[in-house]
Amino acid sequence: MDFISILSIFVLACFVGYYVVWSVTPALHTPLMAVTNAVSSVIIVGALIAAAAADVPGAKWLGLLGIVLASVNIFGGFAVTARMLAMYKKKEKK
Amino acid sequence: MGALTSFLRRPGPRAGVVLPSAADSKVKHRPRIKSGVTLVLFAGLFATPAHAATGEAVNPWVALAYLVSGVFFILALRGLSSPATSRTGNRFGMIGMLIAVVTTLVTHFPMRTETTGPDAMNVVIDGATTLEILAAIAIGAIIGITIARRIAMTAMPELVAAFHSLVGLAAVLVGWAAYLNPGAFGLLVDGEIGAVSKVEMGLGIAIGAITFSGSVIAFAKLSGRMSGSPILLPARHVINLGTLAAIIVLTALFAMAGPSDTMPLIVALTVLAFLIGFLLIIPIGGADMPVVVSMLNSYSGWAAAAMGFTLGNTAMIITGALVGSSGAILSYIMCRAMNRSFISVIAGGFGADDSGAGGGEAKEQRPYKQGSAADAAFMLEQAEKVIIIPGYGMAVAQAQHALREMADMLEEKGVEVKYAIHPVAGRMPGHMNVLLAEAQVPYENVFELEDINSEFAQADVAFIIGANDVVNPAAKTDKSSPIYGMPVFDVDKAKQVFFIKRSMGGVGYAGVDNDVFYMDQTVMLLSDAKKMVEEIVKALD
Repeated sequence: MDFISILSIFVLACFVGYYVVWSVTPALHTPLMAVTNAVSSVIIVGALIAAAAADVPGAKWLGLLGIVLASVNIFGGFAVTARMLAMYKKKEKK
Repeated sequence: MGALTSFLRRPGPRAGVVLPSAADSKVKHRPRIKSGVTLVLFAGLFATPAHAATGEAVNPWVALAYLVSGVFFILALRGLSSPATSRTGNRFGMIGMLIAVVTTLVTHFPMRTETTGPDAMNVVIDGATTLEILAAIAIGAIIGITIARRIAMTAMPELVAAFHSLVGLAAVLVGWAAYLNPGAFGLLVDGEIGAVSKVEMGLGIAIGAITFSGSVIAFAKLSGRMSGSPILLPARHVINLGTLAAIIVLTALFAMAGPSDTMPLIVALTVLAFLIGFLLIIPIGGADMPVVVSMLNSYSGWAAAAMGFTLGNTAMIITGALVGSSGAILSYIMCRAMNRSFISVIAGGFGADDSGAGGGEAKEQRPYKQGSAADAAFMLEQAEKVIIIPGYGMAVAQAQHALREMADMLEEKGVEVKYAIHPVAGRMPGHMNVLLAEAQVPYENVFELEDINSEFAQADVAFIIGANDVVNPAAKTDKSSPIYGMPVFDVDKAKQVFFIKRSMGGVGYAGVDNDVFYMDQTVMLLSDAKKMVEEIVKALD
């Protein structure tokens, strides 16, 4: 993709983010941070590419280490968000 | 098209069936266990797997898959607009991540087996095997899920800070990997990395490194491994601005340098970025931590976006933009709630500058009333309406469960109990809400500052537990106070105020005295918050 199409996606996504985040209820700001943390680990995609196609030996290990770090975040982030959100659920039943 | 829709739909029902906590492990693993079949299948479907996520010859299906993944991330955040839809949202997030990971695996791993096909030239000798990749993911998954299960809810701020640091470090690693092996990322233009790619790469590494070292300091401060008070270096503004300028200059030089000269520049860039992250956060005090955590959240997003630019990956760009704006908005909300400008928070030193004035002035000891748990229980029972204001002290004392018990008993006696939460209560946005949720306080009873502040006039009791600055009337009246202009709860309008505090000696994080202590209707309950509430519960029996 050329730079301008990427930039367009980026700028529009910033606006989407702006409106979506303002609609998040303040009570859920902590889960919001946890889940944004988890999704920002989509950077694992870069780490996977690096690890998969390493002609340079160092790059492969950088990639693998990146995968471990991002995985901690993905699994940890989604799990802790799920744990927090489950607490909000219990009260609904009450 | 049929194959694509089934590919997109595949994870849906599966994620819906398993329980949220188990879903994290299962959702991500299962398709990969089946990946033997899947990979072969998709290897045929995707025409140019080796170049899939790179700059040239983007396979439209792959691009579409990343776009869908990005849309799922938008839906994940959208779900958080209410607690009822939030769990579905979280599941959308998992699905989005699954799509992104599977797409990458599918497009980048089959090429290693195609030794005889047209892609034979691209076969890598040293690349990680599928087993190694899965092992790396498994290690991360075990660590991540273990931490997520064990972490106390009171420790959420430092957990989030620690997670931010990982995103930052991962961005640095990916940036470096792209620098060392640009061919794999499709960044080569006439045998060298394109200038635009180098700028993106440099920015990605710099933002990632700042996120990393900044989050490490934030983590150390939040978890008490490092003093929460600001550490002020002489001429820090000059040092910081100089370092930032140097990073920008280095990025430009890096982009313009010939292929053989780039190494020292990118090393210097990385080192300086790590340094500035450290320098930026050490002068920031404990009270400003909500802003810092939100700001680092924002940075981790921008780092992901910068890497998305480098790789031309829509999922990463959309996510980066979402997370970046999310963190920025949260920072803004926090700053507004403290009536402080973002710049002044970043410049740091809040609390430290005032300690001299506040302590040295040595205000004369003013009289205050001290009460017992029995007094409080008696008054609470008599009340019609009680508003509870929790603060960070409640989190430290882990008093939220005892507090809910107290509220339950009062409600049984016909007292109306509401909770009032200030946006900056606690150490991160929404921290108090999560703790109350943990104690199973119904969220319908929990109110934000602007929604409840007018009700104090009708309240019989304002019950302050572990909060201080957020009820300080000096914010409204005293122009010289460091917290002047900050929106605060009008507890002085309540008929009676109970103030749980460990001792009279301590002051809030802003380091200022609080007139509420000395009001006629205020009774100080000097004790550990949890112990005091438990005693009140006993007295209510």
